[in-house]
Amino acid sequence: MPTELSRREFSWVLGGPQGGGINASAEIYAKALTRGGLHVFANIEFHSNIMGKHSYYRVTAAPIPVRSHVDDIHMLVALDQESLFGDAAERKHYPSHTGHVHQVAPGGSIVYDADLKIEPAQFGRGDIHLYPIPFFEVLEEALKAVGKGGQSRKYIVMRNTVALGASIGVAGYDEELLFEAIRSEFKGRKAEAAEMNVAAARAAAAYARSHFDARPDRRLAPVPIEQRKNRMLIKGFQAVGIAKLRAGLGLQTYYPISPATDESVYLEAKGPQYQCTVVQCEDEIASINMAIGAAHMGVRAATSTAGPGFALMSEGFGFAAITEAPGPVVFLWQRGGPSTGLPTRTEQADLQFALHPAHGDFPHIVVAPGDIEESFMDSFESFNWADRYQVPVVVLLEKFLASSLFSSEPIDMSKLQIDRGFIYQPADADGDGYRRHAITADGVSPRTLPGMPGGIFSTTSDEHDPEGHITEGIENRIAMMRKRMAKLQTAAKEIPAASKFTLHGPRQADLTLVAWGATKGAILDAMSELEADGRTVNFLQIRLMRPFPADAVAAILRSARLTVLIENNYSAQLGALIAEQTGVALDHHVLKYDGRPFSRNEIVEGVRAALSEQRKEVMVSHA
Amino acid sequence: MPETAAAPASKKFSLQQYKTEVHVDWCPGCGDFGILSSIQQALFQLQLPPYKVAMISGIGCSGKTPHYIDTYGLHTLHGRALPVATGAKLANNQLTVVAVGGDGDGYGIGAGYFLNSGRRNIDMTYIVFNNGVYGLTKGQASPTLAKGLKTKSMPDPSIQEGINPIAVALGAGYTWIGRGYALDVKSLVSLIVQAINHKGTSFLDVFQTCPVYNDLRTKEWYAGEDIGRTRIRRLDADPTWNPVVADASSIEEIVEKKTRALHASYESGDNLAVGVFYSIDLPTYDDQLATKVPALKEHPLVDLPLYQRDVQPLFDELA
Repeated sequence: MPTELSRREFSWVLGGPQGGGINASAEIYAKALTRGGLHVFANIEFHSNIMGKHSYYRVTAAPIPVRSHVDDIHMLVALDQESLFGDAAERKHYPSHTGHVHQVAPGGSIVYDADLKIEPAQFGRGDIHLYPIPFFEVLEEALKAVGKGGQSRKYIVMRNTVALGASIGVAGYDEELLFEAIRSEFKGRKAEAAEMNVAAARAAAAYARSHFDARPDRRLAPVPIEQRKNRMLIKGFQAVGIAKLRAGLGLQTYYPISPATDESVYLEAKGPQYQCTVVQCEDEIASINMAIGAAHMGVRAATSTAGPGFALMSEGFGFAAITEAPGPVVFLWQRGGPSTGLPTRTEQADLQFALHPAHGDFPHIVVAPGDIEESFMDSFESFNWADRYQVPVVVLLEKFLASSLFSSEPIDMSKLQIDRGFIYQPADADGDGYRRHAITADGVSPRTLPGMPGGIFSTTSDEHDPEGHITEGIENRIAMMRKRMAKLQTAAKEIPAASKFTLHGPRQADLTLVAWGATKGAILDAMSELEADGRTVNFLQIRLMRPFPADAVAAILRSARLTVLIENNYSAQLGALIAEQTGVALDHHVLKYDGRPFSRNEIVEGVRAALSEQRKEVMVSHA
Repeated sequence: MPETAAAPASKKFSLQQYKTEVHVDWCPGCGDFGILSSIQQALFQLQLPPYKVAMISGIGCSGKTPHYIDTYGLHTLHGRALPVATGAKLANNQLTVVAVGGDGDGYGIGAGYFLNSGRRNIDMTYIVFNNGVYGLTKGQASPTLAKGLKTKSMPDPSIQEGINPIAVALGAGYTWIGRGYALDVKSLVSLIVQAINHKGTSFLDVFQTCPVYNDLRTKEWYAGEDIGRTRIRRLDADPTWNPVVADASSIEEIVEKKTRALHASYESGDNLAVGVFYSIDLPTYDDQLATKVPALKEHPLVDLPLYQRDVQPLFDELA
């Protein structure tokens, strides 16, 4: 049954070879829509490849909030043959995809390059509209008009803009909004390019309007000017980067790795004006240890990585924990594993790894935000926790969140508070019996900032006494273990419930969905469709994984009538954590481990299949 | 940084102030005692306030050094002293940062950091206690044990070549490279003072005896009791020896000085060169950061006002 969102949204896909400029074009399109007052959610899929392989950008827009994509494509814009039909021609035995033609919804449209010389029959779709546009010819004409005739080869990358302009022409959207978006993309030194691109887009839109009579069923319109809100277009890595700067990040270390690098590169670009230092290290072992060194000196320090890098950080993580360093905060951007796995694809398969990042027993905090605002808030708070509890923290993120684009209202920063924790002020420059690892009831010992007279301490990765010197004494060992682990209880007590989990929807419902991380958007958007089946639905989203809010989660789940766990992994890792912490086994699991994010349809159909077929576990993958 | 206690600017620090009361648990006769004492004396000679020094160590017998020196100390992980030291220096460039570790720690498990710290050139000092064996795990061959040697706990002679740390350091780009001998404390103090005074990463390899597990490289062997003369050859005894690059923009001079240093580092087993092998003034990593963040010229990162940043412009860029 269609919902308001499924009736009103417009799903647009731009496909082409990697490195061919589709990102810039899709983001200009997204900006044109956002400025027209539409809500926009966009996500990109690409290969671990620099140039040439198929990538596509999907922009989903609606006049009401949208946080997910659907399987249906209302308009496919194809820059090459592969975007239409896949790569079976080149990869006979193991084609990696079958193109996007089959995903175009009935009544939908395909805008493509007429020079590909594809017979309409080849599409095998009598139920869609085809708009072959001679990209090269339109570009040539447009360039002629701005005095650059005969230079189409030089500006061949502008085929993207031609495709974009044609799609706007077909969709019937306000072309001026597109031109404005182009101009805002090409500023300063690139201003000349702006007018050339505007000319190309204008010519393409005019061509599309004048050469075809039929219009697709679904069209695109801005919301009335008086109803337009100022929204930014932001990706997860930007939200995290800005939050870290707001939190007072002093040192970011990293080793290049997909999909974490974007965040570090963003900080490298924006950091210096905020006096933030970013160091590209020789490996992830150096990255975490450098951050630990800085944290011990009193600077807020972080490192960003993905699963393979986090594997190398294991040893350093335990070192931070036993020496009670205030941090670092590790930003773990999950990708498809194991090992090198699917470097540029998404997954939620590092939850149990983040919970058990090193040998031995030690306290640490793991938080997993689900959207832009939570990414900002959790990234900010993670530094407070690191300082306050003197523990390493993992902020568990996903490729899907890193590279997806969200139209967002401004984030409310008015309530943000920096908390540096317990910093000791020595009374006497010669030292007054200060003990860095003093045994305390809440587990937190006073720390000093090296350089402070009177605050001298030593600490070690060996078990140590309150002064930080090595000891293997039995009583001390027991006291130190208890002291360190007590910090988890302290944190559990102090961290507000709102940061731990959210029950979306009614307190009681016929169906309770349980999930974590960036599946949040698709689940929230899917709830109204599931409700249309005649059930009330709520959604328990868990954010704080350690210390786990066991009592509250147990209470919710024990009173739930029917539970379905949804995770972007093979082994239902949150399900295992919930069972471990609460003893509650969830009724059904809907899992997806093809390296792609859940579409809204996959959530809906997965849940329906689990319930109607009474299956404990359902795997979904809509190719 | 809150400095509630007044810094004793004029007060001289005594040698005793660089020593802790922690029991030193190295074996009797260990060469580490010579290095520990040399570090303490060097800090004393330099009159560095103990609270402005951070000693950062790896794992192994040498790793315990920070516990015995009354400065800030981080006893880290096997092989990771250099990255931790780097982070510490980046956080507070007003601290004197000295990293210490063993030869297994630095040239084996920490080899990647040994190389990359050379090219980074942070203003800090790295001292390696080089005894040819893994002492704490009972005498296995370390990366510097020469091929064909068999110490008493090894069942067979080593069939791998030993590495030449000085040669590696030259290639890695260290801007000050020296070698000392643990039992010649007077010279070692002088080398450590020079190493700490050098602006950039100074690397000091120290021949150290392990009387329990290395029965080949003993103090008698270094003293050359078997050949009638010491095996230690002081570079500065040669009046023509000048390891300092005068013109850092001259590739010719750099190659010439590095070549001489390389030759000295490969002298035969009966002539072990000690002293300063190479020295050059090049911009440090810290200097280059300060060109991006000028406030770092005056204040350490830890003292900068990082907690009231206005990030609204970053959001505005995305509108």
